[in-house]
Amino acid sequence: MDILKSNGRIAFMGSRKLWYATSAILFVTALVALFANGLNLGVDFTGGITVEAKFTSEAQPEELRTGLARAGFKDVQVQNFGSSRDVAIRLPPPEGQSPDKIRADIERVLKSSDPNVVVSRLEVVGPQVGAELRNSAAVALISTLILIFIYVFIRFHAWQLSAGAIIAAIHDPIIVLGFFALSGIVFDLSAVAALLAVIGYSINDTVVIFDRIRERFEANKRMAPTDVLNQSINQTLSRTIMTSVTTLIVVVVLLLLGGAVLQPFSWALVVGILVGTYSSIYIAAAVALDMGLTAESLFPTRKKLAIDDMP
Amino acid sequence: MLEFARWKYILVAAVLVLATIFALPNVFGEDAALQVVRKDRGAIETDGQRAVADFLRGKGVTFSRNYIDDGRLMLHFAAVPGVNENFTRDYVTALSFASRAPDWLRKIGLRPMPLGLDLRGGLYLLYQVDVDGAVAQVLEVYEQDLRRALSQDNVQFVDVVQVAEGTVKPNGLRVLLPAGADPAPARESVRRVLPDVTTSAQRGGVGPILQALLTATQLKERQDYAISQNLITLRNRVNELGVSEPVVQRQGIDRIAVQLPGVQNSAEVKDILGKVATLEFRLVDIQNSVSEAVQRGRAPFGSKLYETREGQPTLLKRDIIVTGDQLIDATTAATEQGPGVSVKLDASGGEEMLRTTRANLSKPMAVVFIEQRREEVDVGGEKVQRDIKEEKVINTATIQGIFSNSFQITGLGVNEARELALLLRAGALAAPIFVIEERVVGPGLGKENIEKGTSALIIGMALLFVFLLVYYKMFGLVANVVLLANVVLLAALLTMFKAALSLPGIAGIVLTVGMAIDANVLIYERIREEVRNGVTPQTAISKGFDKAFSAIADSNITTLIAGIVLWAFGTGPIRGFAVVLSLGIVTSMFTSLLGSRALLTLMYGGSRRPEKLLI
Repeated sequence: MDILKSNGRIAFMGSRKLWYATSAILFVTALVALFANGLNLGVDFTGGITVEAKFTSEAQPEELRTGLARAGFKDVQVQNFGSSRDVAIRLPPPEGQSPDKIRADIERVLKSSDPNVVVSRLEVVGPQVGAELRNSAAVALISTLILIFIYVFIRFHAWQLSAGAIIAAIHDPIIVLGFFALSGIVFDLSAVAALLAVIGYSINDTVVIFDRIRERFEANKRMAPTDVLNQSINQTLSRTIMTSVTTLIVVVVLLLLGGAVLQPFSWALVVGILVGTYSSIYIAAAVALDMGLTAESLFPTRKKLAIDDMP
Repeated sequence: MLEFARWKYILVAAVLVLATIFALPNVFGEDAALQVVRKDRGAIETDGQRAVADFLRGKGVTFSRNYIDDGRLMLHFAAVPGVNENFTRDYVTALSFASRAPDWLRKIGLRPMPLGLDLRGGLYLLYQVDVDGAVAQVLEVYEQDLRRALSQDNVQFVDVVQVAEGTVKPNGLRVLLPAGADPAPARESVRRVLPDVTTSAQRGGVGPILQALLTATQLKERQDYAISQNLITLRNRVNELGVSEPVVQRQGIDRIAVQLPGVQNSAEVKDILGKVATLEFRLVDIQNSVSEAVQRGRAPFGSKLYETREGQPTLLKRDIIVTGDQLIDATTAATEQGPGVSVKLDASGGEEMLRTTRANLSKPMAVVFIEQRREEVDVGGEKVQRDIKEEKVINTATIQGIFSNSFQITGLGVNEARELALLLRAGALAAPIFVIEERVVGPGLGKENIEKGTSALIIGMALLFVFLLVYYKMFGLVANVVLLANVVLLAALLTMFKAALSLPGIAGIVLTVGMAIDANVLIYERIREEVRNGVTPQTAISKGFDKAFSAIADSNITTLIAGIVLWAFGTGPIRGFAVVLSLGIVTSMFTSLLGSRALLTLMYGGSRRPEKLLI
């Protein structure tokens, strides 16, 4: 069975203006969402308290919210978590009260709603820890990008290819972050881990296509760059799609069956793999082409030495 | 030609057999178990094992297996047993879970991978060590030493006080000399204790002031010492709690992470772990009047005003005879005066005690109990964290005889005696610690997480198997075998590294499974291309592998970079994910480049010259 016969019929490069526009719109939307909405950062990053509780019957988030407000808690978020019987309660970092007292107060409110409620998880993250995790996540993200840039520069002798790979590598995580900002899905540590995996994955896809581009240029140095790129993308297309499909299968299963804790992680991967696949096909190579990639940039012919002109 | 060297076959087979054995302990599941450890932390020998087993059999308690593991006795039960009080007198018991894997696997050192707290339930605490507090403590010791040195050299001095130079926290000492005194002899005495001394000019009616600051190296040494000492103390205290497989480890520069599987009640645990309790033995000042000191609001020089737990003021000498650091052992004891604690000191402590008791026979001596905690206080509408040091005289008694390294403290309640003994035995914390992060996962949630993670893995793999079979037919079958081998290999490596498996770790395995197919896809797509180009099936396979190699190597490196960065910056579960991701790349390279080639060569290679490939 073949999903696609890779006989080089799709003229990817011809429609690149359209894809640039699409990407530009996605990218700008993501940036606007990031600045306007911001990310719904998890307790890992903000510091604060999360309590997850399991009720014996359907939980009443509204009732809990008023109950907690009456008990003196401000800025409380109460949400269903996974199922209608589970709730997650999020509070800002404690000020002036010991976490133990807060826990006891919350448990009392929960018990008044359902005497058999079970607190299944409690997390207290100090504000300083939150700030540090925020920093180290940012540092991890940036250092991954820098290391990958260095790798790409060493690996592809043509700067045009490096530029294409790098633009795709920046494009993908920004769009994933924009998705988090728009959807309001909690962005936590596991989402950062997924984001780094996405960067690796996306570059991986790009590298395979670039590898083929180099091979085609080497085989036929006189072919027009546009044709070489189209041919390379077509030849690797069924691999690109196969790998995306197999990875998407497991990631979607994870999203559906992995439970509420893994939701941010799974969402980041689902969106990241879709965007990563798209950007490898439509963005990375197209950018390289517009930067003037030719066979010459990959396999420069030796310039004649000046000595020859000497009398 | 499609060939595969014999040694490569042997390598692939050997790796897979070994991997299967290593991964094996993970498939047996767990029994409810009781872990028994001797209170004196000695290893349990076979007689101990027999004694405990006979005791339980005598009580009619049935258990399925019992064996010694790492000096601990493990008893397997069909259901969670109730713990019998009698039998905990000499042993610390902890309810836990133990692998059902057969004995021979355990004997060759193979155990299932440990589960992270998010999968088994438990308490995680991250402590911040107050290193400044540790410096303050060492300054107090230096202050004592300085007073002693000055007195020994017969140098007149007004007082010794702590100074904060440059930093907010105290980092040095100042000796105030009487007006008109010659600073030279005092300088000599100070230098013996703290070499870095500066003399500042005489001002007003005050005499010369000598200032000695701790050097940067001394400060750093002290901070490092505080953290390693706290690690030891926390480990001891955790052991006294009787929790199975606890983890206490340093994290970063000044933090300690504590993981207690199965523990749910954090308040009680934090109370015991975080206590900065120590003892000081001091002589009672009988020359000066207590009421006069209370009236003046300050103690005379060389003395310090204390309160007993009943609120009674007491005047004690500033010189400490012995501190909790010099203590070797403390056990509860029934004495004639009621419950007490038997104390054993080390050699230097014993010597000091001997000298003091000899010189001060029939004079009163006091035991001061020091506890430190952090409290939030309101200062002008602003909440400020403040360290509170509570020093209470718990006992004053006349020195009845000369004693050195072994004696008793009396005048305590039953519970007080037990807690004091525990805290003293576990050692004092060298610096106060504060909880900055706390996570509790209920046992039900842990179980649910395991079930969800495993079902995602199984269903994800099943879907992939079907998809690959439909898409690549015979080669899809090969890919499936390779994929299965990849998971076994990954599980074996994780088991070997004893990396704790967390929920993100399981997610990492699932993700790796999806991505690991990539290498096979690259190879198969190349083979298809070669077949289309019209080469013979054998050449197609062989060329497919050769041509796909550079793309496979290249593309895996980028994911490896992400994995390594994640490992460097992440902690806990995220690190688990990074380990899985990175190892998964290594195993998938091995299985798809070598394993898959071995299998395909067996099927199509050598003299079998297939007409057509089912791909």
